[in-house]
Amino acid sequence: MTSAPVISAKTLSLTFETNDGPVHALKDVSLDIEKGDFVSFIGPSGCGKTTFLRCMADLEQPTGGSITVNGVSAADARMARAYGYVFQAAGLYPWRTIGGNIRLPLEIMGYSKADQVERVARVLELVELSGFEKKFPWQLSGGMQQRASIARALAFDADILLMDEPFGALDEIVRDHLNEQLLRLWARTEKTIAFVTHSIPEAVYLSTKIVVMSPRPGRITDVIESTLPKERPLEIRETPEFLEIAHRVREGLRAGHADD
Amino acid sequence: MRLVKQSFAPVLTVVGLLLVIWYAAAVWLNADWTYDKATRSGEVVTTSSLIKDTWAQKKPKLPAPHQVAAEIWSTTVEKKITSKRSLIYHSWVTLSATLLGFGLGTVLGTLLAVGIVFNRTMDMSVMPWVIASQTIPILAIAPMIIVVLNAVGISGLLPKAMISMYLSFFPVVVGMVKGLRSPEQMQLDQMRTWHASPSQTFWRLRLPASMPYFFTSLKIAMAASLVGAIVGELPTGAVAGLGARLLAGSYYGQTIQIWSALIMAAALAALLVGIIGLIQRASLKRMGMAQ
Repeated sequence: MTSAPVISAKTLSLTFETNDGPVHALKDVSLDIEKGDFVSFIGPSGCGKTTFLRCMADLEQPTGGSITVNGVSAADARMARAYGYVFQAAGLYPWRTIGGNIRLPLEIMGYSKADQVERVARVLELVELSGFEKKFPWQLSGGMQQRASIARALAFDADILLMDEPFGALDEIVRDHLNEQLLRLWARTEKTIAFVTHSIPEAVYLSTKIVVMSPRPGRITDVIESTLPKERPLEIRETPEFLEIAHRVREGLRAGHADD
Repeated sequence: MRLVKQSFAPVLTVVGLLLVIWYAAAVWLNADWTYDKATRSGEVVTTSSLIKDTWAQKKPKLPAPHQVAAEIWSTTVEKKITSKRSLIYHSWVTLSATLLGFGLGTVLGTLLAVGIVFNRTMDMSVMPWVIASQTIPILAIAPMIIVVLNAVGISGLLPKAMISMYLSFFPVVVGMVKGLRSPEQMQLDQMRTWHASPSQTFWRLRLPASMPYFFTSLKIAMAASLVGAIVGELPTGAVAGLGARLLAGSYYGQTIQIWSALIMAAALAALLVGIIGLIQRASLKRMGMAQ
């Protein structure tokens, strides 16, 4: 039983017109993301990985090709609130408590008061921030703030989670911890996750599928299906299997650069 | 206690320094008159008699601080507030116009800022006029407003408040446009991912984000508003208000009266701006945004 892909891009292109001539942020990108996948996008700056994610979110308009999310256009999917988006910065509102920040999308989407309370408590527990509901963002560390922003993206009923380098600004140790947590969270919620990163170990550790991209023009150079089991302790990063996938990702990145 | 010491010591030092300069300047500026008098009566002026006389003239060029203080005391504490010679009565006249103008200016400024932020046409068309309005000298336009409104039968509080509004809406427009545009692109994108309506984005993101800018604008607007009310009182024939006291004082060479009105105006401005500062502190703290 193969169901239709959750996200499907066909020869997707996006060209920005700048004063220095056109910039091909994406060129002929085709990719299917299946339900329950954890897909990482990795590549150097300018390879279009964030642009691709923003196309899925209907935050950028492609200039060629097509993209569907949940079988409908990206715009319709956005209006149906089909995804939660986690940005590189937590972007919590300083004038709202952690609970208030998580409640924000729920208020906008018109969830009932009782439902809001229940959902805030549930997602706070999910990101291990129970007890911090009444704290203001400045009272939390950077890693905790980012967890709160993930909780905010999980609070409403969206099956897709789009994450744009959510841990990029955090230090290595916090990052390891959050990666572990994210995997647990993914297993519990069974969401489809698209994850942009430029860390090779992070991409390999998290993903079921790694998409290697390269710049000028932004394109996909390799798609690697992970052979790692779903259950992944942090130590898995020292196994030969892990290192082999990491090696292949590195090769893919190097190949992309060789065309320059 | 240490905090009180820390914040008061520098202020008191400056006040002390100003008083010293003020007293010295009073001697210097009023000396001519003392020498004139002495020549006419054939007296000899010693240093002590010079200081004594220059600090106690009836119509000095620059009254000494204690003369102004005595005048303020006698026209506030020792007069009934209903009396036309009470400085409190005159302050109230000016204050009422200031507050009405400030209120009107704040509402007008905020509405214009909202229009400018949400409507591109308004951004292009209104903003240049807002800026141009402030290049017109208020002293030139104030009599026109008073005369024109008088001609259509509006007099008293409202014309003065209009001039206050004219001066006070500007900082509010500029501050609020900046404040309402202060959310980052990322925060606006985030609202878009939730399919938030423009009004939801306004009430939940833009407006709260603009609050620090709003209060800063209000402080400037309040001071401008007071200046507007005083200027508005000058061409009305000096009936009542601090502006009227200034004008009447200058007609009759009552420098002590002028200075006491000036000090009163300054104290009023400090008080009003201080009150806004307190409200700012309290509300930003409640919002978790206190700096």
